[in-house]
Amino acid sequence: MSTDYNNILSRLCFHLKQLSSPDVVIVPETDLINELAIDSVKLLNLVMEIEDEFDISVSLNALADIQTVHELANLIYKIKSQNK
Amino acid sequence: MSLLDKLDAVAAARKALLPEGLEVFGTPIEEVYSATEARIGDRRILFLGTNNYLGLTFAPECLRAAHEAIDREGTGTTGSRMANGSYSSHRALEREFAEFYHCQSGIVFTTGYQANLAMISGLAGAGDVVLIDGDSHASVYDGCRLSGAEIIRFRHNDVSDMEKRLKRLGERSKSTLIVAEGIYSMLGDQAPLAEIVRVKNAYNSILLLDEAHSLGVLGKTGQGLAEETGLTDGVDFITGTFSKSLGSIGGYCVSNHPQLDQLRYISRPYIFTASPSPSTIASTRAALKLLRDGTELRRQLWQNSRQLYARLDGLGYQLGPQPGPVIANILDSPQQALLLWKGLLDHGIYVNLILPPAAPEGKALVRCSVSAAHTSEQIDHVGDVFAELRKSIFQ
Ligand SMILES: Cc1ncc(COP(=O)(O)O)c(C=O)c1O
Repeated sequence: MSTDYNNILSRLCFHLKQLSSPDVVIVPETDLINELAIDSVKLLNLVMEIEDEFDISVSLNALADIQTVHELANLIYKIKSQNK
Repeated sequence: MSLLDKLDAVAAARKALLPEGLEVFGTPIEEVYSATEARIGDRRILFLGTNNYLGLTFAPECLRAAHEAIDREGTGTTGSRMANGSYSSHRALEREFAEFYHCQSGIVFTTGYQANLAMISGLAGAGDVVLIDGDSHASVYDGCRLSGAEIIRFRHNDVSDMEKRLKRLGERSKSTLIVAEGIYSMLGDQAPLAEIVRVKNAYNSILLLDEAHSLGVLGKTGQGLAEETGLTDGVDFITGTFSKSLGSIGGYCVSNHPQLDQLRYISRPYIFTASPSPSTIASTRAALKLLRDGTELRRQLWQNSRQLYARLDGLGYQLGPQPGPVIANILDSPQQALLLWKGLLDHGIYVNLILPPAAPEGKALVRCSVSAAHTSEQIDHVGDVFAELRKSIFQ
């Protein structure tokens, strides 16, 4: 899991940085909605960027359960591995 | 947090955004004078935020038909068609819809919202995929949820993004339902239907097109975008509503697929709700005739729409990408949108305010919608008010 997952995590953090205020520190446990104040519309747009980057489609059903940065990175990792 | 505390938190967030005493949502309307005029408080206002595109809500033919139906069949059906029986007028309207679209069959639903719920959840299920435009109406999203299928969104009106997603699905594209809208309810732009049909054919998917805002508005006989673009045969299922250009309430689906009829037996939003009242069906039947023969109404509607779009564009308002009866002013902040909405109301013009997250891309919208029943003078007056507000709000 490690290299791919870490790569996904760092790309995800890169995208999240653009959306949040500069002084926020983003770690895997960071809560997307409550800590980064990313609303559902922003989150869906962010996911579209990530989908392009990793050539995957993330379903809304799967996104519904996501709260933290780690959970999102893990979801992308899982979808990416299924497609291989 | 308790269930009720959660509601209090939502109420607090709304109050923080909206000024005290201003009823922005659910604005009370005291009296309705015509398709275009009413009273709010003690002020006579011009409706510029209905979906009454052809202005048929007071058409004498529709009023008469509704009165007669009440006298003949009563005020309500009091039940579902599957359990409590299917009135002849409901069946007649279904035949008339099928004939209107030159399709094999049609089904009538109690609302347009339920038409989408019923069709999407009836067609797709667990293991299938629904591929929907990101700007889809809430009824499309809710239909997808009810279906239990995997829900994938594509970027609004971006067919290459849609195709990319179909490609990723591989063999599953064959059990994929694509959903698009003739005219999008918020920005008023039209779906690139020719491209969508080409791609859905290439991937052997099924296409459902919601003509809610394009019925009566586009196409020679008012069928919608599919007729306008000559692509009716390329669309598998067309849904729509009676609540906009037909001036009543209810929904429909038409199709050439014989399987459509099967949905009556499996689709919960069709089975487990009462069928429309006889008066609703009767006025809709009368309105459908007026709509089909409404070439002059459509000409007037488009003239009014172009007139207002050009005026607002000239004033420097940021608008949706395409002229049409839905004209959205896109504002950078909810506060600006609220000022514009309130300014219009103070001048006797009632429009729709749409705040995030309901507005696409997280923007705020002041949505106008034009009717064939507006006069050119009324549209001019609206333009003058927008010009005045432009100076006071934005400078
Ligand atoms: C695109 C679209 N589809 C469906 C509906 C639902 O229609 P109704 O209001 O008739 O239930 C609406 C309108 O509200 C709509 O804008």
